[in-house]
Amino acid sequence: MGSKTDYAKIEKSIKTRETVVRVITYILLAVWAVIVLFPFYWMILTSVKSYGAYNSEFIPKFYTLSPTLQNYADAFTTVSLGKYILNTVVFTLLTTLIMLFVITLAAFAFARLEFRGKNVAFIIFLSMMMIPNELVIITNFMTITNLNMRNSFAGLILPSVTSVFYLYLLKENFEQIPDSLYYAAKVDGTSDLKYLLKVMIPISKPTLITITILKVIECWNSYVWPRLITDDANYFLVSNGIQEIRENGFGRENIPAMMAAVVVISIPLIVLFLIFRKKIMEGVSRGGTKG
Amino acid sequence: MMKKLFNGSLKGWLYLLPAVLFLGAFMVYPLIDVFVYSFEEGYNSASQTYFGVGSYNYSYVLHDPYFLQAVKNTFILVVITVPLSTMIALLISVGLNSIKPLREFLQTVYFLPYVTNTLAVGMVFMILFKKTAYSDGLINLMITWFGGESVDFIEGPYWAKMFVLCFYTIWVVMPFKILILTSALSSVNPEYYRAAQVDGTSKFRTFMRITLPMISPMFFYLVITGFIGAFKAYSDVVALFGTNLNGAEMNTIVGYVYDMLYGDSGGYPSYASAAAIILFAIVLTITCINLLISNKNVHY
Amino acid sequence: MEVTLKNLTKRFPSRDKKNHDDVIAVNNFDFEIPDGKLIGLLGPSGCGKSTVLNLISGLLKPTDGRIFFGEDDVTDLPPENRGIGLVFQNYALYPHLTVKQNILFPLENLKGKDKLTKDQMLEKASEAAKLVQIDELMDRKPRELSGGQQQRVAIARALVKMPKVLLLDEPLSNLDARLRIQTREEIRRIQRETEVTTIFVTHDQEEAMSISDMIVVMKDGIVQQIGKPQDVYDSPTNLFVAKFLGTPPINVFDGQVRDNRLYIGDDTVLKISGVPDKTVFVGIRPEGFILSKEGAFGCRLNGVEVMGRDISVVSTNEASLNPTVRSIIGAENKLSAQTDHASEGSVVRFNLIPRKVFLFDKETEERIDFEEC
Repeated sequence: MGSKTDYAKIEKSIKTRETVVRVITYILLAVWAVIVLFPFYWMILTSVKSYGAYNSEFIPKFYTLSPTLQNYADAFTTVSLGKYILNTVVFTLLTTLIMLFVITLAAFAFARLEFRGKNVAFIIFLSMMMIPNELVIITNFMTITNLNMRNSFAGLILPSVTSVFYLYLLKENFEQIPDSLYYAAKVDGTSDLKYLLKVMIPISKPTLITITILKVIECWNSYVWPRLITDDANYFLVSNGIQEIRENGFGRENIPAMMAAVVVISIPLIVLFLIFRKKIMEGVSRGGTKG
Repeated sequence: MMKKLFNGSLKGWLYLLPAVLFLGAFMVYPLIDVFVYSFEEGYNSASQTYFGVGSYNYSYVLHDPYFLQAVKNTFILVVITVPLSTMIALLISVGLNSIKPLREFLQTVYFLPYVTNTLAVGMVFMILFKKTAYSDGLINLMITWFGGESVDFIEGPYWAKMFVLCFYTIWVVMPFKILILTSALSSVNPEYYRAAQVDGTSKFRTFMRITLPMISPMFFYLVITGFIGAFKAYSDVVALFGTNLNGAEMNTIVGYVYDMLYGDSGGYPSYASAAAIILFAIVLTITCINLLISNKNVHY
Repeated sequence: MEVTLKNLTKRFPSRDKKNHDDVIAVNNFDFEIPDGKLIGLLGPSGCGKSTVLNLISGLLKPTDGRIFFGEDDVTDLPPENRGIGLVFQNYALYPHLTVKQNILFPLENLKGKDKLTKDQMLEKASEAAKLVQIDELMDRKPRELSGGQQQRVAIARALVKMPKVLLLDEPLSNLDARLRIQTREEIRRIQRETEVTTIFVTHDQEEAMSISDMIVVMKDGIVQQIGKPQDVYDSPTNLFVAKFLGTPPINVFDGQVRDNRLYIGDDTVLKISGVPDKTVFVGIRPEGFILSKEGAFGCRLNGVEVMGRDISVVSTNEASLNPTVRSIIGAENKLSAQTDHASEGSVVRFNLIPRKVFLFDKETEERIDFEEC
């Protein structure tokens, strides 16, 4: 071991190195935060610039001194943004509700009931998680077209209901409820259905909420299927609506009004996210995928 | 007898019935049918008739210049964005894990792109990068600040369009990767770090020899899902370049499938099926290679 | 290497929102650990014993006070420069590395003049493995080993770079009862062979008593008593130490000293001198009772438990602070007439062995010395 001054030196050099690393870390993190946030800032900023002001800025300005809400009014009056949003709300609610109904019953059967062929059925269900949407969408498109269900909510909703992954999540959750509760309920003469409604669903509420939120996000952002199945603007969802606005809406150049529409359709999900932040992030890290 | 049967197997299947119906109609049947379509030659969607059975659809697709362009675009996109996004996500997650103040705030910020509408935000990227008669756009303004030449990223040269596409794709996939990696990193038992510290292990060596092997299962999971996701790129491309992707030379394989099915060039479900099956043959091959590599490198 | 702690204090900021006072995990610790000994840091959970260990290892920085290894002040030194080996409670073996790679790991960190060649490293690793008798298991992964084997690997990894001080955090708590006895003897043997100053933390008094050269009893961050295990057991400084050491635990009664006589209830149990009249706590070790028909101390019999060589007489007494009074009676003292046929509820009488009886002040709970007459 050396003398005392050596230790002081060692400690000091470690401290400086730590500070440098810390500063670099924060810079890196800040840069990425700016990259993430900037498009949001830019869309809000552009949406409150007036049409004239925006188009006269050859060099875009990072701020505006005369914000206007005129673009929002335009977004709702010139194009049917309100209609798109209403359609999306209806589509999202119905799809989510039907899905919850279907997967709750199925998860209950897999988790609680004993019946012949259960294990085989479950393995088949599980393997369906690996079927990519892009493969089945072709036939679904033909099916819905042949059934004359294009441009209808039924055509939009029916193929979007199935979700093996959420069924799996819920089944796992149901299985964690101790058997003794079920037997206790049986002794008291509770029917299976009543047990599901009065015991299992209330206990699994957190998971059901997570599934609901994730499905709502998925529905709100869905683009491919609605695009294939609707060409009547009366049935457009927001994603198709925004694409429509871009290509034929305000005339290509009314970018502030377009941005106002973008802000309006982005806000519901951002609000939802800020409220249920923990649940959403936890749910996604348990197996959601995007990209 | 009836009652016994009901209480036994029948009841279970009754609860399963809705799920079986939905999955059967919209997953199992289509999965079989897509193969049938892909071998039906000269299928006419109006009369629902076809001439014969064979591999002509595959050969047509494989010789279609639009398809080859789409394959090229998709591969470039995959090769650039998957490694890059995974690496940047790892870097950010490690940074995020090493700080305390602002950590939760930054995590929330980084997750935002996940919950936003890809089409909507893509539009913001478009106006940021686009060069119009009125304005060169913000990005070009910045390029000229640094003495560069302005370029139209949306309707200009191929490499410029590919750059925006990769940039936007990375922006979109980052939240998921950062989320998974930060939770993997924070689940490493801190005792291992203390043990390493007592043994005088340098930060870099600790990261390479302890942290990386410990998070390797999650890391490979991300690489595999990253490849699959990138091969299926579509909505972010539409968001940036509009629906006429063949015209913009920016189509992807999935985009080609949908174009074959529907729209101005649509009405050919057989070609679409063949293209979709080719895509999944590619994805399956890449995934198997990934799994082989990860089995060699994931240690526990 | 002797380890000296001088006025060592560690405060943690309070996490309780109502109470902003710092939590004092270690308060003014002051003692010297002689070279080459095995020291047990003993106390109930939350008493600050692990904090002391982390302060010595350097994983925590003290709020106040100094730490010396020999002559060197190491207080501000990071852990890697202190030359310590640390064995974690859960062993912290790297799960993706083999036993051999785990043991080599610390050696591969050495830099500059300390750097070893591959052969030297392997030699040292196999030496350490032989010492803890795991040289057969070198190519296994930690998850393929039993708890006891993992423990040995962890010790080998801590010893391989020849630490000046070896620190063990609850080394036996993850093992089952049988392995625990085996492993603690193993630790003792390894410590004797290597003669490394070793400090281990435990909440299990039996464990500490059985293998330590010296034990340090802690409570609420404060050292209660330091000494050889038997000395601490035979003369505890206060009621806490007396209660903490020994199985079955010491029996405590409300008692009174009057006119050089010690009373428990109405019984005069001992004649003593040197203590002024006052009420006291009386602690009696279970082995301090002798069955005697004319015994001075009467209790109501609950039952008799035969434990092989000894029997344990379980009884009650109104002055007892424990629910039952437990006494261990050697077979030779077994007065069958009194116990064998005695029915529940009848009175058993004992005489007391004076050196197994301790008096404690009611206020301070410090021990009061007395002389027997």
